[in-house]
Amino acid sequence: MNTTYIARSSAVAARRLGDEMVVMSALDSTLFSLSEVAAILWEAADGRTPLEHIVRERVCSAFDVDEGTALDDAEHFVQTLAKHGILLVSHQPIEPPTALGAERP
Amino acid sequence: MSLMEHVVRKALRLGVPFTVHVDLTYRCNERCEHCYLEHDDKGEMTSAEFARLFGEMADAGVFFLTISGGEPTLRRDFFDIIASARSHQFNVKLKTNAVLIREAEARRLRALGVEQTQVSVYSHRAEVHDAVTKLPGSFRRTIDGIRALRAAGLKVAINCVMMRSTLADRKEVAALAREFGATFTADPTITPMMSGDRGVLDLRIPGSELPGLFQDAELVGDVDSFCAPPAPVGDDDRNAVPCSAGNSACYVSPYGDVYPCVQFPLPSGNVRGQKFLDIWRNSPQMNEVRSIRLSDLPVCTSCAHVGTCTRCPGLAWTEGNMRGPSSADCEKSFYRTGVPSANMLARGLVKFPTGIAESALGAFAPGGRASLGLVQIAPLPLTPA
Repeated sequence: MNTTYIARSSAVAARRLGDEMVVMSALDSTLFSLSEVAAILWEAADGRTPLEHIVRERVCSAFDVDEGTALDDAEHFVQTLAKHGILLVSHQPIEPPTALGAERP
Repeated sequence: MSLMEHVVRKALRLGVPFTVHVDLTYRCNERCEHCYLEHDDKGEMTSAEFARLFGEMADAGVFFLTISGGEPTLRRDFFDIIASARSHQFNVKLKTNAVLIREAEARRLRALGVEQTQVSVYSHRAEVHDAVTKLPGSFRRTIDGIRALRAAGLKVAINCVMMRSTLADRKEVAALAREFGATFTADPTITPMMSGDRGVLDLRIPGSELPGLFQDAELVGDVDSFCAPPAPVGDDDRNAVPCSAGNSACYVSPYGDVYPCVQFPLPSGNVRGQKFLDIWRNSPQMNEVRSIRLSDLPVCTSCAHVGTCTRCPGLAWTEGNMRGPSSADCEKSFYRTGVPSANMLARGLVKFPTGIAESALGAFAPGGRASLGLVQIAPLPLTPA
């Protein structure tokens, strides 16, 4: 099985609001509200940690769920967000985006 | 309830400053005749100070960040500041006159993940627009800027401030917006200068023109619904907060001063000497603002429009009492529905219309005081309902 890596898109806004994570795409202004579990995946999406590892260490350790079920749900979740361009998914580690260029054009 | 409504209500319930407007500078390359700002630089925050502020705002839960001015692109560190804001994952909206924006700047804004830009266009006629901005050539440069923003893939909202000199051109500006694939908003609100000078209010369109605006479906959508007489309000509505200022939104000036809203210049703290969250949570001024309920307004509580009026506590404050009426909104409610507000009746500016039961106007009886005049209107004879 291929290892899956996930990384947050740089074209999003995100903030924790109580027990949920609010995420908005700057590209199409779509607004998402992520549940507590989804928020864990989002916050751990550093492009370097395999999804399987995130699920095992961050989700299964905190919630009463078996690893296979949690991984299936996680893969479905990341594909959904990837379709909207707010999460990057790859079978290779994902390099962080180049620094948001601040030089004046 | 939409997801947006859900998160906004949740932020309100949790006391999170979800929306913050930050002005980077009051300097501007235009001198718009209706502007509420003085444009001298009195010690703007540095980019390092803005970076620290943005970190504190992110920790406080701020999500929507409006960057404006003055003209924010005048700052040499403008892109540094935008990059800093985006590094904290704010949803950034930029208000600009677009005069300095060309292809390279537009592409940079897109790369930084700015979600939307708002640009004011006062007329489709260059001479009218330039007369408002007092910057010759500004119409052409603004239009070129909008074109560059759209070409870079940025969403643009064209805003037309409707005043005496621009009112007649709003439909043509709306057509211009459609041509560019931009959204269009039109707003008749002119606010007093932050210094307290109310002279700019003379630019407001006369109240007698408001009914025409409120009957324009292009501006208001469903006219029948928009202009319907106000429905009675329940206890839930009366216990509601009147607006987001100080409740889920606030404003920070280029000098670090914090106010409940850009239209509510009540000094509440300064981020150069205090933590943003400390001001938000503990400022006596903020707490005073957020204690306001529709049920404890000395005039408006008894007004028929209390549940639907766009009453602005900031404008009311500039009239002397944050719990009092904001006269311009009284007028809007009146001209929108034909039902006079309690404030107008109290000042004797209008008479009870025949055909409308007094009970429908609220419990506030018309007063006998001599009228000092509302901000912009002269009394109109009311048409019986």
